[in-house]
Amino acid sequence: MQILFMILAAIALSSGVLVVFQRHPLRSALYLILNFFAVAGMYLLAHAEFIAAVQIIVYAGAIMVLFLFVIMLLNLRQPEEEAKPPHILQKISGITLAVFVALLLIYGFTQAKLPAPGKEAAAGLGNTEAIARALFTDYLLPFEVTSVLLLVAIVGAVVLAKQKLK
Amino acid sequence: MNITVLVILTAIKITLILVVFLTAIAYTVLMERKVLGFIQLRYGPNRVGPWGLLQPLADLLKLLFKEDFTPPGVNKVLFVLAPIITAVTAFLPFAAIPFAQQILPDHIYLYGQKVDLSVAALNQGVIADVNVGLLYIFAVASLSVYGAVLGGWASNNKYSLLGGIRLSAQMISYELALGLSVIGVIMMAGTLSLVKIVDAQKDVWFIFYQPLGFLIFLIASFAECARTPFDLIECENELVAGFQTEYSSMKWALFMLGEYCHIIVASALAVTLFFGGWHGPYLPPIAWFVIKTFIFVFFFIWVRGTFPRFRFDQLMRLGWKVLLPLGLANILVTAAVILFFHKG
Repeated sequence: MQILFMILAAIALSSGVLVVFQRHPLRSALYLILNFFAVAGMYLLAHAEFIAAVQIIVYAGAIMVLFLFVIMLLNLRQPEEEAKPPHILQKISGITLAVFVALLLIYGFTQAKLPAPGKEAAAGLGNTEAIARALFTDYLLPFEVTSVLLLVAIVGAVVLAKQKLK
Repeated sequence: MNITVLVILTAIKITLILVVFLTAIAYTVLMERKVLGFIQLRYGPNRVGPWGLLQPLADLLKLLFKEDFTPPGVNKVLFVLAPIITAVTAFLPFAAIPFAQQILPDHIYLYGQKVDLSVAALNQGVIADVNVGLLYIFAVASLSVYGAVLGGWASNNKYSLLGGIRLSAQMISYELALGLSVIGVIMMAGTLSLVKIVDAQKDVWFIFYQPLGFLIFLIASFAECARTPFDLIECENELVAGFQTEYSSMKWALFMLGEYCHIIVASALAVTLFFGGWHGPYLPPIAWFVIKTFIFVFFFIWVRGTFPRFRFDQLMRLGWKVLLPLGLANILVTAAVILFFHKG
């Protein structure tokens, strides 16, 4: 289990880095899909089968297909023009933000008690029934509010798209 | 049991099932040509072997020896990867579909050693009884679109690209209806495991409780398989051959393999979810499973021989404005009935 976890972690990290460093958006998208698979594999190792399956269905199966769809429709195959060198202010603010986030992360990791890598989830935590029970009893209000939020987002997207047509 | 023995035994089981499955795919192709021939008052293939029964072998040899042409200007990695993705994602769902109850006894004696076969469901008629089996199948099926989309994009051909884009739009639209159509079954069985869903249909098949769900499932699975009347991705008179226009030889054969594999998996899934899986009187379970699946495969071919193709706007309208609301209504009614009549 430990070895499998290490392999998956290596794939997830390296593909994540590659997503950022690709020039072609399609390649970035493909590495992102690989990343999703590695993360789904980790969920499986933690005995969270439901989360793993949903990770593949929602992210790899639906959202990334839409990403690919858009990338292909925009026809980004032509060589892009040279990227402009970033402004000095952009550089400074970027580095400051990165250092700040890194400090926060380091602080967070030193405070948190992390379980051993590749450890199983608590019994029933990844179980479909356990998740459903938690969602529809203790967390019913947040769950319903989230669904209303998604509905608003869909209606908003339709309104915006229709306006463009006119 | 020793982990090495376990891995070897599982590998043997998977290989055996895969060989049977591949043979079934090859003969589904022949069956389609024969049945279409009969529908159109022709003989169909009848030269190779008695009644044309060796035709799949001849087709395979022909495809193996054809030139594997890679057109200039393609993205080589993705061009090769696309057919592989299609074939692999088409095979994978079968791992969770139960085709019989128990195919071997609990123990066998091998070289005087008692081997316990009930470990890891080795003696069961399913490769892996996953507790989220149905979700696993949907997850793998939702990935099958990548083969066509990447193949269409990598081919550097506008017909291929259009075919790929059409397929991704079609798959996304009908995946929703497909997912909604089986939720009624999940609610009635109370589980996502396909083995348990089959067990729940011991007395009454779910088709009698979920006729609307089955109808939506059937239409959506035709669209997911990209079969007539929803085969817009490869309609000859508009797109040459869609995403597979530039493919030849074994790469093209992998796409074809994927298509027929999808038909068998969709048939097997319909049998498992709505027609009691391997349940049936007198005959052994595996025979019932094969017969029921065969009927569905025949239905797929029958529809191809008799129905015209939809227009793309009709396809989208049917998916979003008819099947999706119907699926939601089906869930609502099923939930209400379960709530009122099966309190507990």
